Amino acid sequence: MNAPVPGLKPTTYIGQDVPRPNAKRLLAGRGQYVDDIRLPRELHAAFVRSPHAHAKIVHLNLDAARKAKGVFWCGSGVDVARAVSPWVGVLTHFKGLKSAPQYAVALERATWQGEAVAVVVAQTRAQAEDAAQLVEVDYDPLPAVTNMETALDPATPVIHADLGDNLAFTRGVDTGGVQDVFAGAHLVVEDTFRFGRHTGVCLEPRAITADFNPSEQQLTVYLGNQAPHMMRDIFAKHLDLPESHVRVISRDVGGSFGIKVHVYPDEMAIAGIAKLLGRPIRYLADRLESFSTDIHAREHLVKAKLATDKDGRILAFELDDLTGIGPYSVYPRTSAVEGNQVVNLTGGPYDFKHYLANLKVVFQNKTPTCQYRAVGHPIAVAVTEGLVDLAAQKLRLDPAEFRRRNLIADDNYPYTSASGLKFEALSHHACLDKLLKLMDYKGLRAEQQALRAKGIHRGIGLAALIEVTNPSALFYGVGGARISAQDGCTLRLEPTGWVTALTGVTEQGQGTEGMIAQVVASAVGIPVEHVRVITGDTDVTPYGGGTWASRAAGIGGEAALMAGHTLKANILALAAAILTRDAAGLDLRAAQIVDAATGEVLLPLAEAARIGQYRPDTLPRAFQPELTVSRQYGQRDWPFVFTNGIQASYVEVDTDTGFVKLLKHWMVEDCGTIINPLLVDEQLRGGIAQGIGGALFEECLYDDTGQLLNATMADYLVPMAAEMPDMVIGHVCTPTKSSELGAKGAGEAGTAGAPAAVMNAINDALSTLSARVTEQPFTPERILRALGKV
Amino acid sequence: MENAFQLAVKVNGADVAKTVEPRTHLIDFLRNDLGLTGSHIGCEHGVCGACTVLVNGEIVRGCLTLACQTHGAEVETVEGLTESGLIADLQTAFHQRNALQCGYCTPGMLVCATALLTEKPHATREEIREYLSGNFCRCTGYEAIVDAIETTAKNRAAGKQLAATNNAEAA
Ligand code: FES
Ligand code: FES
Repeated sequence: MNAPVPGLKPTTYIGQDVPRPNAKRLLAGRGQYVDDIRLPRELHAAFVRSPHAHAKIVHLNLDAARKAKGVFWCGSGVDVARAVSPWVGVLTHFKGLKSAPQYAVALERATWQGEAVAVVVAQTRAQAEDAAQLVEVDYDPLPAVTNMETALDPATPVIHADLGDNLAFTRGVDTGGVQDVFAGAHLVVEDTFRFGRHTGVCLEPRAITADFNPSEQQLTVYLGNQAPHMMRDIFAKHLDLPESHVRVISRDVGGSFGIKVHVYPDEMAIAGIAKLLGRPIRYLADRLESFSTDIHAREHLVKAKLATDKDGRILAFELDDLTGIGPYSVYPRTSAVEGNQVVNLTGGPYDFKHYLANLKVVFQNKTPTCQYRAVGHPIAVAVTEGLVDLAAQKLRLDPAEFRRRNLIADDNYPYTSASGLKFEALSHHACLDKLLKLMDYKGLRAEQQALRAKGIHRGIGLAALIEVTNPSALFYGVGGARISAQDGCTLRLEPTGWVTALTGVTEQGQGTEGMIAQVVASAVGIPVEHVRVITGDTDVTPYGGGTWASRAAGIGGEAALMAGHTLKANILALAAAILTRDAAGLDLRAAQIVDAATGEVLLPLAEAARIGQYRPDTLPRAFQPELTVSRQYGQRDWPFVFTNGIQASYVEVDTDTGFVKLLKHWMVEDCGTIINPLLVDEQLRGGIAQGIGGALFEECLYDDTGQLLNATMADYLVPMAAEMPDMVIGHVCTPTKSSELGAKGAGEAGTAGAPAAVMNAINDALSTLSARVTEQPFTPERILRALGKV
Repeated sequence: MENAFQLAVKVNGADVAKTVEPRTHLIDFLRNDLGLTGSHIGCEHGVCGACTVLVNGEIVRGCLTLACQTHGAEVETVEGLTESGLIADLQTAFHQRNALQCGYCTPGMLVCATALLTEKPHATREEIREYLSGNFCRCTGYEAIVDAIETTAKNRAAGKQLAATNNAEAA
């Protein structure tokens, strides 16, 4: 008798800590960020930007700049408008949203400090910058609208006369009878929350190189961007080119976080100038330009109320949100989304029925705002959790116990929230239980008590959250935005048996390429090292939305899984033809064709691939091997697939200096199937750090005339290594049934909850001193003011 | 070129002679004149650390140093450190721990960590955090970076220990 052949078992990389293959290149300094790419005959651009928040451009003189050394071309707004048509950042599903036509370079009027008014193109960046200083502009300063609270007053000038007023958008939600519920409630708590405008501060500034080939009418744009197909459509439309004549390449991107998913006037100008001049034009924003022209976010003033019964059950929320978005709604995603999300998400984790919300979105003469990581979530979560802690305090209930009474029960799904959100399946209670264990909540409370007796003020803050992920076409598509709601994956079996995967989702460091490789390797049955992933090139990758709204794993991963299944079936059909066996009895494991029942190795994949490519003559006449496959996936079961989680922060407040020391941070979250825990955990940690930035450090400070006061990295503070605590991460896994993979997103939950957790921790520390802070960032000065010390 | 400066400098072990404008920053010289694009531009005012390189073994900001200031000096960048194999263990630790996301801060972090591991081979987590306080990373939240450097420090110490024991036994 023959000895049994040790059979190969199926393996999966789903759920494994596989280090990202593309990271090695970056570690060796061999990244290809836009500014690392050099093209023959390239020229460099520098912009002249308005020093005024609002001013009429009376006269622009480019003569001196034109004569400067190395200068090749200079242009005004009118010159650039010859190549780039204007746009209006509205979407039809935001009823009533209005904005004005925006030009790549201002025509007659600058509407924020930093808006481009002229552009210079020269042989080197330094020469372009030198010449930009020689451009003479006569401005007639106009009154600037800076304070969003007075933006709608009759006495305040209207920024765009054609629009009639400074109100960009408004939305209300009223479930009915809410005032009565408040009137009859056992407890009503209310507070006002202010959120400082902040920005993304990607370490790589925005960068673009655009090249136009006149003979082919072909535009190639190297752009640090999250959504290359969206940008291709926009360049085609506004430069009047056929879409197929535009190629957008986004190789390595040095951080994005939503910053690099919008249409920037200066980038449109560069593409237009490349078309005018027929030469490659390069532009790299300097840090001052990054601060004054990258989108800002989160300038909100929220008044909110919460009602409970005598057992501490939440009855109703009421919300009044005012937000200022700058002079234009940003194209094409619009600047209405953030406020809209605040309205949608407030109260999100809790079981209650009555909700009244009002949102006002107003224009100002400040940098335009738009979607930045966690869009609206950090505001909604801070408002909700701030009120929840206040209610718990008034009822003398432990904050964890208050949450336990009110979080939507884990067996109460599907569930429709008071604001109308639909939840497939969430796990708030499982996450809360796990968090309390992970942090030793009781032990920590005891430690806090003991230290209080010694005059040390420590606080514990909790923040439950939900996160919008895997959006359907309801996010943008229904409103008329040409932003794909689906993504595709093309797999090509190489003659060596390796697989090349082309995906529509993009990589900015999240680990997209690694994630796709793991899914493909698992689905096909090959080692992960045998998968090469290509992203970010509209000439090559399948059409798709790209990476935003925590959709890369959930949408792009599912498309990769479907393509992997199909390729595997095709390979087994080929192997069946070669082996003259039934394909149903075969499997592909570790790059070997095996007997599905025993695991016995029958044929190496490389041999099957070789025959399929080079020797189809040896196969039955009727059989045609199909060794390249494409599959697409768009999530259609839910408007969004929600995730949930809960964070905790432990802080110590120095009541003499107002400084907050972050001692530790915990998070338990549920993103469904985890493809790579290493990557998910680091997404959460990085997200938490950005949330902490908003809570403690970051704010774009303006004076009354609309001057941005802290546009350097020395003045605008971000979390550095020494300020950050260690972060403990835990998971609960409730896969979504809307896909086979079951993955939800994890990119934004960290940022969504961290500010609320930190705020609640600070207020917990201050609670015995009758002090409370609700204005972010919680600077030492604000804390000392709350303590009555300054 | 006005007031052209004849610069002679050793970069990653190789002699380089180039004519530069006096105002050219070291980071621009490395990236534009020598094609060493591993060191990055983040803020161009000395705060973010993306442009960190070694000059005569000391960490400096490439955006605050003029190229002509390195006349006669030895400059090392991430490319040179990589090719020499000197930081292979550190790079492996970064890779295994996923201590980089977008990777834009990484060359600066690696150069900074190289100096740290030389200066303070037994640095605690606190000391590592303190030492990195001039290097901004927007993606990671720093914990993984601290972990990777700590792992490398421990491995190097253990390796030295092992070498010392082996030497002692051999003797
Ligand atoms: S680019 Fe030199 S420190 Fe930021
Ligand atoms: S990995 Fe992106 S800045 Fe550090």
